[in-house]
Amino acid sequence: MEKHVVVIYPHPDDEAFGASGTITKFREEGVPVTYLCGTLGEMGRNMGNPTFANRETLPEIRKKELIAACKVLDVDLRMLGYRDKTLEFESRDEVAEHLKSILLEIEPSLVITHYPDHAVHPDHNALGAAVIEAVSRMDEKTRPTVWAQAISRTYEEELGKPDVEMNILPFFKKKMATILAHQTQAQGVLGSMSQTTDDLEAIAKERLGTEFFYTWKF
Amino acid sequence: MEDIEIGKVQEQLTRFVNKEVYVHLETTNGAYASHFDDKAYNVGAFIRNAKVTYTHAKIVGIGNAYRVGLKLEIGWVYAEGLSKWELDEKGQLLMAGHDREGRLMVALQISETPFKY
Ligand SMILES: [Zn+2]
Repeated sequence: MEKHVVVIYPHPDDEAFGASGTITKFREEGVPVTYLCGTLGEMGRNMGNPTFANRETLPEIRKKELIAACKVLDVDLRMLGYRDKTLEFESRDEVAEHLKSILLEIEPSLVITHYPDHAVHPDHNALGAAVIEAVSRMDEKTRPTVWAQAISRTYEEELGKPDVEMNILPFFKKKMATILAHQTQAQGVLGSMSQTTDDLEAIAKERLGTEFFYTWKF
Repeated sequence: MEDIEIGKVQEQLTRFVNKEVYVHLETTNGAYASHFDDKAYNVGAFIRNAKVTYTHAKIVGIGNAYRVGLKLEIGWVYAEGLSKWELDEKGQLLMAGHDREGRLMVALQISETPFKY
């Protein structure tokens, strides 16, 4: 059994779309989970549909959504305080040291993050790379396992089949509730995944019913 | 945000003339444009808290597509595709344009105090 799982993604909602089924599985086993959320998604385009947020109110709204989502998932939350869209321009070294200090404190057995260069959004790629860098700087004997999530269209051709495959349909209700906690984002993100239906639950089930990860080889 | 009424917005733009103001200007089609459509391009730009003083400002357009130009001593600030506006509780003038799904495509915001960073 895992001792403690740390999930590291840059945006409020990445945990919902990407790993909320896996997180629920761990929580049901009694494993503590902490989400380190990089930014508040300050520069997001989705303002709700119909729009109810604007550029200036979005960060506070997304912060509340993030807190609500973490309550649904029953996980600890730490906000890292970076700014949306700017993570790739921060010093990789400083971000890695920042993450390393938190990991040394929590001492997780497993870390979940994005697969660098295969995670589409520049913030995903940059934070994922900083996580890999942080863990690689830790003592080989005590450092956590890393599961890296790829979401690019070509990842399977380029990386082969992911070795960790989580069928999360047993936890789907929680996953959907976590996604819907992100009120400004749920419809915009799920809607863009399908041209044929606007049944959000059906889209989520089809597109997000399995969560895949690659065990990182250091 | 409300639909732009040209007279009301013009009044607000004029309020800031010859004052030192902070501008947030952005346009984006999102970080996922070419992920969902391989013929699309990811394009975006933003500048937050540019400090400028404009000598003249005008909003022009009809229906749901307005343009705003701010004339600076040595240049211009320009935004196209604005359709909504709001004066928030801090007195910051927010203007934006969204697509059919409510996603922000363009924003121009003016404030006498810096926008939160
Ligand atoms: Zn994200």
